[in-house]
Amino acid sequence: MLEAISPMLTLAAADAGAQEGLRASLLVLVFPLLASIACGLCAVFGVKSKLPAWITVGALAASFVVTLMIWGQAGHNTFIAHGYEWITLAWGDGPGQQLVANLSLYIDSLTLLWMLFVTGLATLIALYASEYMSHDVGPGYCRFFAYFSLFVFSMACLVMGDNLLLLYLGWEGVGLCSYLLIGYFYTKPSAVAAAKKAFIVNRIGDLGLALGIFSVFVTFGTVEFAPLFEMLREGVDGAGAPLAGSWQATWIPVFFMIGAFGKSAQFPLYVWLPDAMEGPTPVSALIHAATMVTAGVYLIARMMPLYLLDGTHFALALVAWGGGITALLAATIGMAQFDIKRIMAYSTVSQLGFMFAGLGVLTSAGAAFHVFTHAFFKATLFLCCGAVMHGFAGQLDLRKLSGVGFMKGWGIVGIAMFIGCLNLAGFPFTAGYFSKDMILAQTFATPGYAMLGWVLLLTAGITAYYTFRVFFRVFVGPKLYEPGDEHHGDDNHSHDHDHAHEDFHPHPPGWAINSVLALLAVLSIAAAATYFINKPDHGWVGSMVHNSTADVTSPHEGTFLGMDPHKAMYYVSAIVGFIGIAIAFMLHYVGRRTSEKANADKLLPAVGPVATWAQGKWYIDELYDAVIRQPLLVLSHVFHIVDKLLVDGLVNLFGRLPTMTARALRPSQNGVLQSYAAGMAAGLVFVLLVVWALL
Amino acid sequence: MTELLPMLTTGATLAQIGDVFMHEVTLFHYLFVSAAMFALGVIGFLSRRNIIIMFLCTEMMFQGAGLAMIAFGRYHMNLTGDVFVIFILTIAAAESALALALVVLLYRRRETLDASAWAELRG
Repeated sequence: MLEAISPMLTLAAADAGAQEGLRASLLVLVFPLLASIACGLCAVFGVKSKLPAWITVGALAASFVVTLMIWGQAGHNTFIAHGYEWITLAWGDGPGQQLVANLSLYIDSLTLLWMLFVTGLATLIALYASEYMSHDVGPGYCRFFAYFSLFVFSMACLVMGDNLLLLYLGWEGVGLCSYLLIGYFYTKPSAVAAAKKAFIVNRIGDLGLALGIFSVFVTFGTVEFAPLFEMLREGVDGAGAPLAGSWQATWIPVFFMIGAFGKSAQFPLYVWLPDAMEGPTPVSALIHAATMVTAGVYLIARMMPLYLLDGTHFALALVAWGGGITALLAATIGMAQFDIKRIMAYSTVSQLGFMFAGLGVLTSAGAAFHVFTHAFFKATLFLCCGAVMHGFAGQLDLRKLSGVGFMKGWGIVGIAMFIGCLNLAGFPFTAGYFSKDMILAQTFATPGYAMLGWVLLLTAGITAYYTFRVFFRVFVGPKLYEPGDEHHGDDNHSHDHDHAHEDFHPHPPGWAINSVLALLAVLSIAAAATYFINKPDHGWVGSMVHNSTADVTSPHEGTFLGMDPHKAMYYVSAIVGFIGIAIAFMLHYVGRRTSEKANADKLLPAVGPVATWAQGKWYIDELYDAVIRQPLLVLSHVFHIVDKLLVDGLVNLFGRLPTMTARALRPSQNGVLQSYAAGMAAGLVFVLLVVWALL
Repeated sequence: MTELLPMLTTGATLAQIGDVFMHEVTLFHYLFVSAAMFALGVIGFLSRRNIIIMFLCTEMMFQGAGLAMIAFGRYHMNLTGDVFVIFILTIAAAESALALALVVLLYRRRETLDASAWAELRG
């Protein structure tokens, strides 16, 4: 039945003639790069003020403004902003014998959509970080903002590049910056381990992407988007042969999917994201919620025509189910965690799963809309958690905090958190509600995916539960707290560790954090309004996607229990969300007197060991450890022995050879004069014999 | 005299060899004496342990070589060999002065002239 859909698929008409122009849009890349260099120079000259933060905020804001201007000029057209020649190789005149990759930008509405929220959010989060990182003013502060700007530059390369090589450059760049920022507290072993884990797991995904790019070049003879999409519209490869049914049509999308799953933390490569919470919170908010992890979604959306090439939609089915499984798995883990930042991390993984499911069931508009709304509300949620962490000396355990929202000076944090939670839980008429509905409804509307729909619906309920579990435990209820064990320099209480609690006063966030949180909360709400702009196209985001290469025609065959899923889902998902919130309310708010215990603990015996398993993250990390890490360790020990015995042995043998030769020849030097003379005489005789023999 | 070598290797009688020698005194005779002196020197050097005797044996080898040079000089009718020998004799004289002084010193150290008393530099 999937074959029936493919004729309905149409590609966007807008990119038919990609025009040259808008060269000024290169400034979007230039500003963050300059900011990064400037912050590096600040580090060199030992700047001990907040200067790097203002440079970064200024540069990112400038990028955002430029992006807005491009959007105003480009509208729904596709442009190629030619920058500079980067790589031009030719080894013949035939097709596929030139490799051209320029430093040029491919600007269509999908690019602009992504860049708008990347630069916009990055500006806000940099502003937040200016205060959040204030205890580190000095070399660390410069380093942080240098990486931060470099990250935005890489993300811009990834999203705006007009060829796959530039995309790959940005892809690796964000991976590198993510590594650097997760390992920001490089004296902390857990942070270093998390940074390495993120880098290595991403590497596996990057291999997939690299294979994908190689295959694209081999198949189409180009890595540039414009000619690539031209060929994809015709459904032919570089030599003009039809591609339908070929191995490339099936496997290139799978390669790209592996890359996307690595970067966007999908099963089985999701394990790095929760650990990435070791980095400073603004990093978690920017990279691991709002922007970097959406690169995978972007990649698949950008390459949508490639995914549609295969009539059986094999890769799309993998994407959909990979997303669905990840969504459920991460949500169940999130239910059982106690670290609020980690819960948010798992919810990110889970929500990314929703986006991939959306892509898989052919609602790229829904997926992109969810990316868009999620960027705002997840940034809000993370930054609220960060504010709590900042104010309570690193305390993140939801059993040790209660009623934070009602404390003096924490009002804005409480309200922003509430708005973020409503969005994540899919409360009716919030942005998260609309975007999640689009995906859920389309899952049921696409034939063959009803099962996935039910999985996602269940996940939506779990999401509402664990989101409000955090809210009801930490932000409302009796006002109780126990500080963490991190003491920032700006505490001004030079307290003893023993008396930490007596002396400790949580410091509420300052103007930068509060204003960013307020603005983000407003934007999270405002994101819902975009759904009503251009309603037939599924909102503003839908119309943006519709005019890009990511456009697909969503099928409308399936039903939800006999009803039109697009209508029914508004009610169903609202009800599911309410149920989730109500359960959280009953278990974590009603009758709670302390911060440690809630009604939920009474239920623990009923679920048996399942709660412990979920708390142990289903032991996936341990499984990887046993199946991959330990065998590799054993193997490395084997290689160590081989190295020690064989390689070192050979080298040492050559080292000892002269000694051994000397030892063998030493007796000849016996100190007896006559024996030396005899030796000489024998030599003379030998020479004479030789001469005689030759004569 | 060139017929002597094949005679030695093929095994001629002593009388036949004597015939070759008895005709006239040629270069070969000189060279034969020179080689004999050199060989005697070598044998003496190898067989004796007394440092002075060993030193005398080296002198013998020297003089054997000197004799060969004089003979070649005469054979070619020039003085090259003679000049060489004068130099050799001068050096040998200087060297024997030094060597005998060393021998005296060595004797004072060990109260013996046995060369094997000085085997400390063995490996």
